[in-house]
Amino acid sequence: MSLDLIDLTVTPPGATQPLFAPLTLSVAPGQVVTVTGPSGVGKSTLLDAIGGHLAPGFVASGRVVLNGRDVTRLPAESRRIGILFQEALLFPHLSVGDNLAFGLAARIRGRAARRAAVQAALDQAGLSDFYDRDPATLSGGQRARAALMRTALAESLALLLDEPFSKLDTALRADLRRFFFGHVQAHAIPTLMVTHDTEDARAAAGPVVAL
Amino acid sequence: MTHLLRLTVFALAAGALVLPILAGLWETGRAAFGVLPAIGADRLTLDPWRQLAALPGFATSLRLTLVTGVGSTLVALILAAGAVAMLAGRGGGPARLIAPLLAAPHAALAIGVAFLIAPSGWIVRLVSPWATGWDRPPDLALLNDPWGGALMLGLLIKEVPFLMLVMASALGQLPLRATLATGRALGYGRATAWLRLILPRLYPLIRLPVYIVLAFALSVVDMAIILGPSTPPTLAVALTRWFGAADTALILPASAGAVLQAGLVVGGIALWRGAELMLARLGRAWLRRGARGRGAAALLAACGAAVAGLVTLGLLALAALAVWSLAWRWPFPAALPEAWSLRGWLRPADWGEALGTTLALGLASTALSLTLAITWLEAEDRAGRMPWSGALIYLPLLVPQIAFLYGLNVVMLRAGLSGGMGAVIWAQVLFVFPYVMLALADPWRALDRRLLATAAALGAGPVRRLLGVKLPVLARPILTAAAVGFAVSVAQYLPTLFMGAGRVTTLTTEAVTLSSGSDRRVVGLYGALQAMLPFLAYALALGLPAILHRNRRGLTGGLG
Repeated sequence: MSLDLIDLTVTPPGATQPLFAPLTLSVAPGQVVTVTGPSGVGKSTLLDAIGGHLAPGFVASGRVVLNGRDVTRLPAESRRIGILFQEALLFPHLSVGDNLAFGLAARIRGRAARRAAVQAALDQAGLSDFYDRDPATLSGGQRARAALMRTALAESLALLLDEPFSKLDTALRADLRRFFFGHVQAHAIPTLMVTHDTEDARAAAGPVVAL
Repeated sequence: MTHLLRLTVFALAAGALVLPILAGLWETGRAAFGVLPAIGADRLTLDPWRQLAALPGFATSLRLTLVTGVGSTLVALILAAGAVAMLAGRGGGPARLIAPLLAAPHAALAIGVAFLIAPSGWIVRLVSPWATGWDRPPDLALLNDPWGGALMLGLLIKEVPFLMLVMASALGQLPLRATLATGRALGYGRATAWLRLILPRLYPLIRLPVYIVLAFALSVVDMAIILGPSTPPTLAVALTRWFGAADTALILPASAGAVLQAGLVVGGIALWRGAELMLARLGRAWLRRGARGRGAAALLAACGAAVAGLVTLGLLALAALAVWSLAWRWPFPAALPEAWSLRGWLRPADWGEALGTTLALGLASTALSLTLAITWLEAEDRAGRMPWSGALIYLPLLVPQIAFLYGLNVVMLRAGLSGGMGAVIWAQVLFVFPYVMLALADPWRALDRRLLATAAALGAGPVRRLLGVKLPVLARPILTAAAVGFAVSVAQYLPTLFMGAGRVTTLTTEAVTLSSGSDRRVVGLYGALQAMLPFLAYALALGLPAILHRNRRGLTGGLG
């Protein structure tokens, strides 16, 4: 049970050279591996390749294996790999609760059951009264929590974090790191984090890979 | 899979947009060289060209077309650039005044301008007899003047706001504030910094719309019928008359003229491009001199004043439509009607059918165009941009309508499709679709891709991403694009005239036909109705998302 990258690299459209040397890496359940590197080296592109979000024209080579299943050829929606960006993008046209409901796995059926599942997740994130709120009225920290819960409800088997805390102020960061990494450990989710912040890497307490 | 998608969309675009134009050009081109079996002409010959050159007023028509077309585009570009330079970064208040002029169809605006500037028009009435001493309309060629002045004025009132809109939206892509600050810190005044630093970067972004305006001004028909000179008229109007003449022998020289019209537009754009390159060289030399001249500010102020004058005229023209539609007795030189009446408005038996046809055509062509545009953009998202696709989309706006519409009608006649609503809808889509794309493509492509990646990571497949995320988030620009498309459809004249074979009557065809008649109350009514439809469409487009998304701050501006 782990997220494995095997000789993974990406070539941008029109380029002859891949962005970075082929990467081989194994992320254990509950472990957070940090990927660092200078701007423009292709850290976000690496996450795109793992999650299946590469723009047309980008060519990935190598393999992405999740819990023993090769997901390299699968579309993003079938990989079950969650992704969180620094702005914690909530869908602006949906309320906070409906954002979570958008993520909630379809196997949970019935209005009441689905509503209850979303409410439980909101409670867990300290956002109990936020079901009907406009996401634009949330603070950065609240948005990040809601986005993490949305991924959890989608029953993601692995998690990608793209500079998840960089837009938040320092006091809030420590708080959120605890919330994020605690969640990842509790649910044994292999996690890959891209960051510029050495504090993030230290708090993650996992291996650090320089790209 | 993605290749199949690409091919399908490409085939769709080629079949729906490019093929009809090529087929139309082909038939027109054959007729220009003497081959039109429908009227028994089947011998390749240069006679149509000789006949064309011998037609009365041909040389004058040609000169008028070039002067009004190139002249109005050049002046419109200069004035719009000056006004945008004056207004940019200073709040959008005055800019809102141009919205009604953007929405109003060409024909309606032209009729309003005619009501304004005619010898018996509103302006003369407002200053008579106390200032002029006239108690009868003066014998002056203020309207349909042989130089094309009234036509150029009409074109300016319509095209300056369009170019301003295009420039304002392109400015959003440039670091305006920082660039101007840098220039001013180096000792250049705001206006001259604008000319040296912003304009050279702005122009490449608006080149396509400028060419569209040039092609339009060189081949406009409805506005030229209403405001332009009549004996002889501009080439496009002369061609429309010859194509519609009872004497079918005129069709061959008219076809030759249509090919010439296409050549004029191609040549005009080529010349314009040449002038651009030359100006760029001169401009660089001027930049290198480094003079911190102060003249630019006065230049921009003059442009701003001229635009203010044009916008005032345009708004007065729209008001004139409304006033005339409500007038009952309005003898010269009274400034306002002596008796008002709702009689015209209360007799839908007169205009109801034309209104219904206009609405049906507008809704159908907008729905089709919007579907095609969303399919196109969605295919791009999944399979990547297609090279040359832009050229395909905007081709119908660059080829003069008259150059291929008659030929296209010949094709439709042969297929037994001419004269029906279907043929008219299809012909309108040719022109509605490019404008819908112009309005929708940028906001669509600007949508944060990570929002879609997030949805995919949550397990949402392509269909759910489209219906559940893209369409609702883009509701505002989609509705705006629909309103733009509807306004374009309402304004169409030649496609309705030619493909409807005279059997499909819309508010626009009626307004243009009636405009030469004398009852201004009826003409005013048609003009007002025609101008109102796009207004309503825009009001809906702005109002609906405000209601749908009333509790969503993230969607009330930024993304749209």
